[in-house]
Amino acid sequence: MAKRNIIPFGPQHPVLPEPIHLDLVTEDELVVEAIPQIGFVHRGLEKLVELKDFQEFVYVAERVCGICSFMHGMSYCQAVEEVMQIEVPDRALWLRTIWSEFARIQSHLLWLGLAADAMGFESLFMHTWRLREHILDIIEMTTGGRIIFGSCKVGGVRRDINAETLAYIVNRVKELEPELKEVTGTFINDYSVQHRFCGVGVITAKDAYDLGTLGPVAKGSGLPYDARRIGYAMYSKIDFEPVIEKDGDCYARCAVRVREIFQSIDIIRQCAGMITDGEIDVKVKGFPSGEFYTRVEQPRGEVIYYVRGNGTKFLERFRVRTPTFANVPAMVKVLQGCQIADVPNIILTIDPCISCTER
Amino acid sequence: MIENQELIELDEEGLLAKVYSFSSEEYRLVQIHCTRLDNGFEMNYSFDKDCKFINLRMIIEKDKEIASISRIYWSAFLYENEIADLFGVKIKNMVIDYKGKLYQSSVKAPFAVPKPEPEKKA
Repeated sequence: MAKRNIIPFGPQHPVLPEPIHLDLVTEDELVVEAIPQIGFVHRGLEKLVELKDFQEFVYVAERVCGICSFMHGMSYCQAVEEVMQIEVPDRALWLRTIWSEFARIQSHLLWLGLAADAMGFESLFMHTWRLREHILDIIEMTTGGRIIFGSCKVGGVRRDINAETLAYIVNRVKELEPELKEVTGTFINDYSVQHRFCGVGVITAKDAYDLGTLGPVAKGSGLPYDARRIGYAMYSKIDFEPVIEKDGDCYARCAVRVREIFQSIDIIRQCAGMITDGEIDVKVKGFPSGEFYTRVEQPRGEVIYYVRGNGTKFLERFRVRTPTFANVPAMVKVLQGCQIADVPNIILTIDPCISCTER
Repeated sequence: MIENQELIELDEEGLLAKVYSFSSEEYRLVQIHCTRLDNGFEMNYSFDKDCKFINLRMIIEKDKEIASISRIYWSAFLYENEIADLFGVKIKNMVIDYKGKLYQSSVKAPFAVPKPEPEKKA
């Protein structure tokens, strides 16, 4: 039997943009156990809710994560609106759906760039992030922010998109699509990518289900779980099927993200065609009293927002379960039995967002 | 209402039995969370199957030790360690027990601390 060693991986590591630590127990080049540790940058935002007005707290919720910030703000607003039984105008829901999909595109492009960088494919990394900048330009044009949109509020949204701008956006996305196809096609077809990703870090459909995986991790293993099917915002009126791949390896998780970019473009087009005129917000009266769990499909999977109000301006309890938190156990399992050289790629394709997790 | 959500209140024995039955019916563990009460804690276990959301709720006294469900749902260990660290809830038989070292906070069980006075605006 080979001698066992423990290799500390993180919290600072070239492949990890954010701090998570793993004790990798190895026998020669084989990882036999991985013990994760988080909590290096835990912010205690769930506790902060006791001190912030429930309407002001939208700004905090948006800062839970720097990548999917809009969806955090939207999830929080949605949960409070359910508790307060606020009828959000349809136009606001359409706008939320459009911005959610733009947030998904930019997040997936960010991930693809990081994946290319981790593989040492620098030109692919640069092209991916160049295209992401164009998506961020559209986001900035419509919300005023590139990462923190600041456009969601309890009762609706803060900004409208006029018909002219909406037409421009649809046209701009159409212009970008061939380039996106060319760049993302490299992830699907290139030998180097396939060599590093195919057959690596396999999570079977059963393991994915048992371990409670979410987002591209679950979809890459063939599970069609997508919180958008619940029909929040305007997803009940959108024609879409969850993107799934069957192989459960790093390549499948990458392919899900690539295909979801084009699915998001299609959803944006559908929204632009169906959006209705009207108000973008309603006046919020009173304070939340009651509780609700809301679920939203973020780029990394389903996020849970739980709020409980007691009839005052301060919420009694606020809870966020981020998709990364749910995917950590799968990461622990899949690292068992892999080669040490594959650890960075496996972790990367699970795409842990530690900022979200350390809410 | 975006979706109907079922809430079932149970004692510890009933909760474990229900979790076992959910496991055999292939429900997905969505999340576990804890809320501080005046004299104890409220544990909430959420499950989902085909977009049907069910929440199991258990009220426990402050110093009561409860059983882990990580022997039934392996992935529960992370939620339970988090609750143990942030709220100080005693949970036995977790498949991976960090023994209070998942979150190394300077304040022990920071989320069990009563609500501080709100900030006064100038």
